[in-house]
Amino acid sequence: MSELKPLALRALHLRLGAKMVPFAGYEMPVQYPMGVLKEHLHCRAAAGLFDVSHMGQVIVTAKSGRPEDTALALERLIPVDLLGLKEGRQRYGFLTTPAGGIIDDLMATNRGDHFFVVVNAARKAVDLAALKAGLPDCDLGEVAGRALLALQGPQAEAALARLVPDAADFAFMDHGIRSWQGVDLWISRSGYTGEDGFEISLPEAAAEAFATRLLEDPAVAPIGLGARDSLRLEAGLCLYGHDIDETTSPIEADLAWAIQKARRASGARAGGFPGAERILRELAEGTARKRVGLRPEGRAPMREGTPLFAAETGGDPVGTITSGGFGPSLEAPVAMGYLPASLCAPGTTIWGELRGRRLPVTVAALPFRPSNYKR
Amino acid sequence: MKYTKDHEWLRVEGELVVVGITEYAAQQLGDVVFVELPEVETQVAQDDEVVVIESVKAASDILAPVEGEIVEVNEKLSDNPGLVNEDPLGDAWFFKMKIDDLSVLDEFMDEDEYNEMIS
Repeated sequence: MSELKPLALRALHLRLGAKMVPFAGYEMPVQYPMGVLKEHLHCRAAAGLFDVSHMGQVIVTAKSGRPEDTALALERLIPVDLLGLKEGRQRYGFLTTPAGGIIDDLMATNRGDHFFVVVNAARKAVDLAALKAGLPDCDLGEVAGRALLALQGPQAEAALARLVPDAADFAFMDHGIRSWQGVDLWISRSGYTGEDGFEISLPEAAAEAFATRLLEDPAVAPIGLGARDSLRLEAGLCLYGHDIDETTSPIEADLAWAIQKARRASGARAGGFPGAERILRELAEGTARKRVGLRPEGRAPMREGTPLFAAETGGDPVGTITSGGFGPSLEAPVAMGYLPASLCAPGTTIWGELRGRRLPVTVAALPFRPSNYKR
Repeated sequence: MKYTKDHEWLRVEGELVVVGITEYAAQQLGDVVFVELPEVETQVAQDDEVVVIESVKAASDILAPVEGEIVEVNEKLSDNPGLVNEDPLGDAWFFKMKIDDLSVLDEFMDEDEYNEMIS
């Protein structure tokens, strides 16, 4: 096994009493003494600080020097309207395979003369290889020496405003650079919890001081990977390698909303990305299976890998749970998985097999609870 | 009180053995969100899986520490599984067993031996 990479904030995590675990090649805090359940609820009620420095931060710049060329180049790999993305704005997207699967999901930000792209830790190398191969007309650079923090929850704005006075001026998916004690903060109003909040990229050397200042606010608690997972699950957000991968198309994954009109059939820049044939066909005709929200009855969580059946007895599995656990805010188990189109309507009852017994599960609309983004 | 290598505690109460999990085990499990208890009047063999505990992290089992009959289960845990984290050594007992010969408990660890094992 290769050596785990430590995060820049390792010492702070240990001081805060974090339990550290290996994740995507990094040594990451999975929980703090508060515990997953309370961390989750604290983030929904006040604010949570997450260290997500393991994620890849990439800068893409067209060699031509023309800003629109970067957007157009990225559009060759990402089926999202990036040319129409204004400077200082961010958008969710994904890199697709020639067969129409998902290489990775990501956040792309137009920063004027370049794009700032944040990708999943476990896919960093694969993503960079795909970007390099597909974008010979661009310079690519993984940002070195910058930590990434997420501050999430209804009190995130007030907490950040103590250090960044105009934090409230950012709207959902806005991005901007602010200075704090002489260092540049790259701030986006976004996150992956279903809550309002911010993601802040900053020099590693300043990260501990900045995080410590945020944590001085009694509203802000450090939150580990455990609660990050239950928060994103309740928000109905996909986890790469679980809910989406190279075998799932964005349409199967119910991510069609992320493909704007300009990239769809008869759009201004229709297609022109890997897997366009399949993805555009699925947009028009639908898919045989789809990712859905699932609410198991009772209290027993159904986790990843749980087989799903159309009937209480007999028959082969019709699908599988791809993410599942207990939703602390819903005080009930929640899951996501893939089902045949005929079983995808919210309210449909299916069965999940747990310890040899089939228990009823109701198909539910996503997200499981309304998101609190500041539009 | 006696302890098993699976982090259960065993307490004799009259003719019965009360079974729960240790504070260390509860901490390792994390927040417990679901407990499935066995039926009463069930005969169990040693190491039978009798209780399912689901925490926010994972599912785990509690094994029957010895052969015997389950005579009572702690229904409170079905409604309030968090009790396992709040009071693992007290209110959050899982089940009571009737066993033929209480002397079989002698082979389990005492508190010092258990503390040494987890240290």
